[in-house]
Amino acid sequence: MTELPNIWSYLSSEPLAWLTATLIAYLIGDWCAQKTGRGPLANPVLIAVILLGTVLVLTDTPYQPYFEGAQFVHFMLGPVTVALAVPLYQNRTLVRKSLLPMAGALLAGSLTAILSALFVAKAMGVSGAELISLAPKSTTAPVAIGIAENMGGLPTLTAVLVILTGIIGAITVTPLMNAMRITDWRARGFAVGVAAHGIGTARAFHVNQTAGTFAGIGMGLNALLTALITPYILINI
Amino acid sequence: MIAHVALLLSLQLVGEVITRALGLPIPGPVLGMALLLALLFARPTLVDKIAPTTTELLKHISLLFVPAGVGIIMHLDRLAESGLGLIAALILSTWAALIVGAWTFIGLAKLSGSKP
Repeated sequence: MTELPNIWSYLSSEPLAWLTATLIAYLIGDWCAQKTGRGPLANPVLIAVILLGTVLVLTDTPYQPYFEGAQFVHFMLGPVTVALAVPLYQNRTLVRKSLLPMAGALLAGSLTAILSALFVAKAMGVSGAELISLAPKSTTAPVAIGIAENMGGLPTLTAVLVILTGIIGAITVTPLMNAMRITDWRARGFAVGVAAHGIGTARAFHVNQTAGTFAGIGMGLNALLTALITPYILINI
Repeated sequence: MIAHVALLLSLQLVGEVITRALGLPIPGPVLGMALLLALLFARPTLVDKIAPTTTELLKHISLLFVPAGVGIIMHLDRLAESGLGLIAALILSTWAALIVGAWTFIGLAKLSGSKP
């Protein structure tokens, strides 16, 4: 019979264990989200990250060996980003119908998200790689991670900031829009898609179908715009 | 399905090669997305073929953030230091972007006579 420490050293050196753990943690997170009626706080990603983070800290495992296994999941971010073109194409008639409001809201919302985040963080003493990691936080994670990697940010920090942004947007969008007396579902949806990507979009679909569709378009368009403008903003701050 | 994934990977590969060769600051997959969009406009029949695969992939998009998200364990001390500034920036900028985005949409919709 193999000694227990040998089994552990096999498991911790092979990608299999951490790849499996990642999928199981996500399934647990998704199960929790389902049980609580998909409220914005019960986010499957957040739950999975907390579970896996706790396991790594408790077993004294550094991030690198964990990522050796989890990289197979991480790798899929690339092709999935390319796939975002399909829903954009499928909604092309909707985009054409309200081209001017969409183009304006996209530009205004996206710039506001990046510039105000940098302004507030800078004023509170955040600088360097952390500031760079913060800039793309309103766009969908695969794109934001790509930007952070390109611009000298910390991709792992960006991933967490992106998720938190989505959760903040999803929790606060309904009370905020009601307080502002904004009743146009197109405007509400599009704004949350631009400001809070996929998590905001999921929330929008939960509230209203039109809002959800426009949120999805806003998210897709902002993936392109943020990738184009963030490098130039970061070079000039 | 394999052919569709191969198409997505090929477009990503082309995107990576072009952005690297020209030193563009945008991520390769984002250029790949733009290329796929152009391809769909050029060949509209393609969309019904690849949509089942891409819809299935996009359904599980949040799983893909988990490995990078777990990297937070490397930044715990960093967060203790500047976490407050980062959280304040996230909350205020998200609210600002929501309000500015929705108001701009409504203003321009009125201007261009676009109705819900």
